[in-house]
Amino acid sequence: MTDLLDIFLSASFWVALVRIASPLIFATMGELICERAGVLNLGIEGIMVFGAFAGWLTVYLGGGLWLGVGVAMLAGMAFGLLHGVLTVPFGLSQHVVGLGITLLATAAAYFAYRLALPEVTSPPKITPFAPWPIPGLAAIPLIGEGFFAQTPLTYAGFVVAGLTALVLFRTPLGLALRAAGENPAAVEAQGLSVTALRIGAVAVGSGLMAVGGAFLTLSAFSSFFFEMVNGRGWICIALVVFGGWKPGKAVLGALLFAAFDAGQIRLQQTALGATLPYQVFLMAPYLLSILALVVMSRRASVPAALMVPFNKGER
Amino acid sequence: MRLEPVANPGLLRRLGLPAAALVATVVTGSLLALSAGADPLATLGLIVTGAVGSKFAALETLNRATPLIFTGLAVAVAFRAKLWNIGAEAQLYAGALVTAVLGAHPIVTGVPGMALIGLAAALAGALVLLGPVLLKTRLGVDEVVTTLLLNFVLLLVVSMLLEGVLKDPMGMGWPKSAPVAKSVRLPRLIEGLRLHWGFGLALIAAGLVWLMQARMRLGYEIRAVGLNRAAARFAGVPVGAVLVKTALISGGLAALAGFSEVAGLKGTLTLDLSPGFGYTGVIVAMLAALHPGGVVVAALFVAGVFVGSDAMSRAAGVPSYIADLLLASALLYMVLAMQLVRYRVVWR
Amino acid sequence: MTRTGTAPDIVLRLDGITKRFGALTANDAVSLSLARGEVVALLGENGAGKTTLMNILFGHYTADAGTVEVMGQVLPPGTPRAAIAAGVGMVHQHFTLADNLSVLDNILLGTRPLWSFRLNRAAARARVRALAQDFGLKVAPEARTGALSVGERQRVEILKALYREAQVLILDEPTAVLTPQESEALFATLRRATARGLSVIFISHKLHEVMAAADRVVVLRHGKVVGEVATADTSPPALAAMMVGAEVALPRVAAGVPGPVLLRLDDVTTPDEGARPGLKQVSLNLRAGQITGLAGVSGNGQAALADLLSGLIVPTSGRLILSDAAPAEWSPRAALAAGIGRIPEDRHKTGTIADFTLTENAILETYPQLTRAGLLDHRTARRFTEELIADYDVRCPGPEARIRLLSGGNMQKLILGRVLEARPKIILANQPVRGLDIGAVAYVHSRLIAARDAGAAVLLISEDLDEIMGLSDVVQVISEGRLSPGFARGTMGAAELGQWMAGAGFDHAA
Repeated sequence: MTDLLDIFLSASFWVALVRIASPLIFATMGELICERAGVLNLGIEGIMVFGAFAGWLTVYLGGGLWLGVGVAMLAGMAFGLLHGVLTVPFGLSQHVVGLGITLLATAAAYFAYRLALPEVTSPPKITPFAPWPIPGLAAIPLIGEGFFAQTPLTYAGFVVAGLTALVLFRTPLGLALRAAGENPAAVEAQGLSVTALRIGAVAVGSGLMAVGGAFLTLSAFSSFFFEMVNGRGWICIALVVFGGWKPGKAVLGALLFAAFDAGQIRLQQTALGATLPYQVFLMAPYLLSILALVVMSRRASVPAALMVPFNKGER
Repeated sequence: MRLEPVANPGLLRRLGLPAAALVATVVTGSLLALSAGADPLATLGLIVTGAVGSKFAALETLNRATPLIFTGLAVAVAFRAKLWNIGAEAQLYAGALVTAVLGAHPIVTGVPGMALIGLAAALAGALVLLGPVLLKTRLGVDEVVTTLLLNFVLLLVVSMLLEGVLKDPMGMGWPKSAPVAKSVRLPRLIEGLRLHWGFGLALIAAGLVWLMQARMRLGYEIRAVGLNRAAARFAGVPVGAVLVKTALISGGLAALAGFSEVAGLKGTLTLDLSPGFGYTGVIVAMLAALHPGGVVVAALFVAGVFVGSDAMSRAAGVPSYIADLLLASALLYMVLAMQLVRYRVVWR
Repeated sequence: MTRTGTAPDIVLRLDGITKRFGALTANDAVSLSLARGEVVALLGENGAGKTTLMNILFGHYTADAGTVEVMGQVLPPGTPRAAIAAGVGMVHQHFTLADNLSVLDNILLGTRPLWSFRLNRAAARARVRALAQDFGLKVAPEARTGALSVGERQRVEILKALYREAQVLILDEPTAVLTPQESEALFATLRRATARGLSVIFISHKLHEVMAAADRVVVLRHGKVVGEVATADTSPPALAAMMVGAEVALPRVAAGVPGPVLLRLDDVTTPDEGARPGLKQVSLNLRAGQITGLAGVSGNGQAALADLLSGLIVPTSGRLILSDAAPAEWSPRAALAAGIGRIPEDRHKTGTIADFTLTENAILETYPQLTRAGLLDHRTARRFTEELIADYDVRCPGPEARIRLLSGGNMQKLILGRVLEARPKIILANQPVRGLDIGAVAYVHSRLIAARDAGAAVLLISEDLDEIMGLSDVVQVISEGRLSPGFARGTMGAAELGQWMAGAGFDHAA
């Protein structure tokens, strides 16, 4: 018990928490935007892999860190565009296309990585984003360092979450997006294009997923290696459900999840942790995500037209 | 643009569009080879000869196809009912785990022993899928994410056991299980050829799945549930029970892939037993348009691409991940082609 | 944009509109004009091409030939935005509202440029309130749309059009979902609107409404305009003749001979499902040899009653009793085993499986009996289907064709055959003729009457009061999940039933 308390009261726990949550926040916002417009995007896992790779490669080849973020975003948007075109106007199964995109994007990243570095065994490092403490706030005891001495990309994640909420609920565009996910016929009846809205949402959402992936290479691990995304994309899909398709709650979910993850890493090093195989701790995030889905399944208000294809003028 | 259904697609449409998808895949492969600085024709040629160019290569392809037939069938059966089982990887490892445990010190030997172990393995895989399906039918939890997440969990369970109780003391420190006893190893299909009975079992499984889908009451129920759940429920089809039966069959088939790999090809369980056979099963099933016969053909094709790409990579230096890229694009081209068989695009 | 020489008081002119869907010509050179402040009714049977014509006018479809002019300006084809900008507002038969959004958000959707930064909800709310006041359309702007009654949702749809400053209002079958009293209120709103210079096209197949609300009637048949007449110069029988192309004689239905009670509901309550009310302490007797007609506005508990008799839901309290015994277990299969034949409300979503063949659809309820050792007996199934096709006059390419290729009427005949060939003792007919042409309607009705005469107890659920009053031996009204007493044939007029449908009678009883 005192072990647990020690963990929560250490500043490093809070730093790790926010760092773990950051990529999840980007990718969860991306998935949330897609699903709010009515498209389930199972491409998330692969798009994150490609984002991690594209961001890393840009910097490795001498580009700036922000350029890396931008390239990752654009690459993610390209995969999103492909997903959107196949699932929206062509009405293909969102499940199959999403998995196909995940396979495609993952394979593309690995192929290109091998092409760029045929001989390398240990992945080369880049200089990642440096922490950027906010004067004053970073000095708050316990959580100050965690929330206010992170890299700029982490701050950007929170800004993106805020913007997502703002756009979705306070602008005409957000209203149209949500309506496309609730009743596409209502959108079409107003002369707006459901196709354009949905493709746009999937493209932008996928861009954010890729930035989430790029966070891993540009702000967390400073190199690209295989299996580095390791199911984070699927966890983000669970987080969207857990957050009831609301940006604020989804961010809260990501932080909760990250708290658990940061906690379990530290718990492994305690006396209690040493008695259990490390795999038990590694399993916990996945089991926790399943549990979150089960708990929220009854209450969640799914967008009514999620996964419902819309064919204009169908009789 | 919008889509208009084609009432009776003609032969040209039904054969021409999938053929076009195949051509597009080949073109994609050529572009990838070019991007790697290799000659496209030579690269593709090396992939083909690497897959079927010699007796050794062809046998390698058949061996690689064996688990893919099982996982492809598993996915095809589930997707027919619109049960999105993306967890064939987990079910495969469950089957492999049971095979390794029971096979190391068999109580019953010979063919009965193999049959019992196979059944136990299938049961384990079925149970792994049963959880997500019950969560779906009872609580409405989406099975896509739960089955996906279970893939990671099962792999960690296997890892934990291989580093713990199942670790082979004779394994020189490698995390692998004690070898499956000779008495319950699947024999060779044909004497003198390096191809075990797992391939035969896979073909038999495909035949049985065909029988089930085309002739049996359960197949009819599965299609009804998959095509229109509300209408099936209204007409009295026991939707929940059908989904559970589908899950048991699907999970069992995926687990047989693990059984066949451990009891047939490898003789032991390691963490790298499956290079994603479960995920690739989705590609196989979709390329086959969920038909069991098609699954066999698609599995051979997919296995050929993998085996051929490995050989090509050694010879020409193009990264072997070209295989995954080719298959992912083949999948997308093919689902698009199949949609365009049923619908025509109308501009305005 | 070209100015043509249209007289200034003509707000809308359709000229030579033609639209084909494959082999079907939905609109054949249709021309129509509308003057300022005028109400024109577009009358025609289901499938006459009314909705297609309005979808072209509104830009949902593109015509193969012909032009649409609003205020003298030709609209570019195929863009609803242009139609909206020109002042055309449309209230679809199936409302285009998002249930999970508020009323205000539904009204606001698409009214501001997508890329502007503010929604300006406060100003919008004030304007919606003012419009609601002016036109007598009471509705709360912050309410969740899914929680509103059907009548309220229709008001939201009309407000949507008025908010966009529509000059021409198109209403597609607006009264199908309203009580007679609510319809009256709607017509009052329309009169207020026309007094302010709006023009209205309303689509209907109900003659008395057309006579009551319109200045002029345009009749469509098989996609062609077959008549155009001022309401003052015509009569319902004359309109009916134009609509169907021949004098129609409504079938005279002889009274049934009631037998014993075959199914009884005893104080049954079922749970509400979202905005759909459940049953509230409903008691009901269905007798052999009798058609019980259930009148009511859609969404008042009909779905719950139908689901209950179909075996899809169980009562939370009260009992369902079949021939003096309550069934031990209640499911669709138990309902079938108890001899209940069910014609579902939606033949596309619950009645059939579109990608199944006719044979596979025909055996959907009986396939367990066609199973030998786990294998389906396809030969028997096919023979059964061939007989069904012949006996019930199903026009189709054959028993192995996919049912999605069939017209609504032929699909319904197959469902009817599937139900009646099981010789049910009790028949639940939920909206059995909705969307069918007159020939198919007569056929389905005659089969139901024949089944009654053979001793079946029939429960007929319909929103069409004429159908209920024409066919039923006993009429009961459902309103907010409550059931009125039974009224014998001929003892109740439309006006009294309308009172019950609006919930008035229940308040007296309580």
